[in-house]
Amino acid sequence: MATINVSKKFTAREKSYIPAILIGMKITMKRFIAGFFFRKHDTIMYPEERRNYSDRFRGAHFISVDSSKTENCTACFLCETICPAECIHIVADEREEEHNPDGVKKEKKPLSFDIDLLRCCFCGFCEEACPKDAIKMGGNYEMATSTREEAIVDLNQLKRPMNGRREMDEGKKK
Amino acid sequence: MDMDTIFPFAQLAAKIAFVVGLSLGVVPIMVWFERRGSAWMQGRVGPHRTGFFGLLQPLADVIKFFHKEDFTPRNANKFYYHLGPMMALIAPLCAMAVIPFGSKIIIDNREVVLQIAEMDAGVLFILAFAGLEVYPIILGGWASRNKYSVLGALRGSAQIVSYEISMGLSLLSMLIIYGSVNPHDMVTWQSVHWWGALMNPFGALVFFISIFAETNRAPFDIAEGDSEIAGGYHLEYGAMKFALFFMAEYVAMIMASALISTLYFGGYGILPGMQIIIDAVIAQFGFGAAGAQNTLALFQVLSLLSKIAFFMFVFVWIRWTLPRFRFDQLMDLGWKILFPLSLINLVAVTLGVYFYNS
Repeated sequence: MATINVSKKFTAREKSYIPAILIGMKITMKRFIAGFFFRKHDTIMYPEERRNYSDRFRGAHFISVDSSKTENCTACFLCETICPAECIHIVADEREEEHNPDGVKKEKKPLSFDIDLLRCCFCGFCEEACPKDAIKMGGNYEMATSTREEAIVDLNQLKRPMNGRREMDEGKKK
Repeated sequence: MDMDTIFPFAQLAAKIAFVVGLSLGVVPIMVWFERRGSAWMQGRVGPHRTGFFGLLQPLADVIKFFHKEDFTPRNANKFYYHLGPMMALIAPLCAMAVIPFGSKIIIDNREVVLQIAEMDAGVLFILAFAGLEVYPIILGGWASRNKYSVLGALRGSAQIVSYEISMGLSLLSMLIIYGSVNPHDMVTWQSVHWWGALMNPFGALVFFISIFAETNRAPFDIAEGDSEIAGGYHLEYGAMKFALFFMAEYVAMIMASALISTLYFGGYGILPGMQIIIDAVIAQFGFGAAGAQNTLALFQVLSLLSKIAFFMFVFVWIRWTLPRFRFDQLMDLGWKILFPLSLINLVAVTLGVYFYNS
């Protein structure tokens, strides 16, 4: 097999490396001056300053509630069924009349609704499967916990009024 | 006790306190600058939360170092293991003893030469202690009984020994030009003639590259290698013992900067243009002969310090500019390029000086 050597011979100037080193030093000096005198930096001061993610960002889940703080979820198990990571665990229960959201008749409610955030792959299938727009993915991306148990969130932690996804960042701040 | 008995000891103690205090006092500033400077060069912010401008960061580091477990590996050779970091710091500090940081000051009609050890063979003393810098690496690497440490120690010592040759040869060419091994004579020669770097730019370049290798700084930080050998010769050192190695690197940098300033950049010789300021100061305050000499000495110390500061900056600047060498590239550069070049340079300088003098 014929091979074509495309590598070129280095000139003496290139071989000495010194011009290249000087060019490199010029670049770092420019950055140094920009940083030192003009205080330019490409990073953000993270805890004070947060990066603005897209509205379509899929962060931590929440379960939307109605005006009377009752969850919209009807424990239909669609999200648990579609979840590829099998991180959603629902226990269904019968719903009493007075706990119907906005007076609409709903027969079931989740007794418990646990999401294991460590298993979750944030694919968003649960959100798409949900017929009631109950499970949604918010904008919160700070889900660090000190134990594994804390990463399993229950219904009370998930319930939150839905005012568009952006609200989730504010919900975090409260 | 009369003044004549106390004075020699007092002035010596004062000079030692000045040099050691300065060398160790610069370390936290350099640690801060290394971190902040690298951040600036890379478009980051760097440590800025501890104190004004992040200046207390080294202090926080030291507190952290003190609170860490003082760990000794079970199979380590205890004596050499502890000797390593001590030697790392002592060798460059000793070499600082013969660096003159000013001509002389006159206190109470007594002359004080601004150099700790006034010896004629000063440069040889520096070379001896610069050569000693290889020992902490070998001792630290071998005594901690870790394969990675030994690998780091071998690489580091091979590098230092290789580059010592080209460093020595380029230094030798300067000795031929100056005709002396006394640092004071060298500085005097340079203030009468030109700076050594202008007389022998090639030797200055080779020397400059070699001291980077001698001080184990990037791009020659082969002795350490986080990715290949898990850390290097100080892998098994923790807490203040590691901090000693860390400090030693900066003290060695100060020593190297002082050395290259003395040999090639006029040493304590005042910076160009500074004579005007000195004349103005003397004319303003009307000092006597002693006062004029003291003023001159003050500016000489300032000149040397600014030269050292410049080279310290260059050390940091180069570190964050150049990627590190591979080991074979390092050996190629040392033995196949710098060594022959410094030999040719030495011969050329020798011939030049011979024909100039005859």
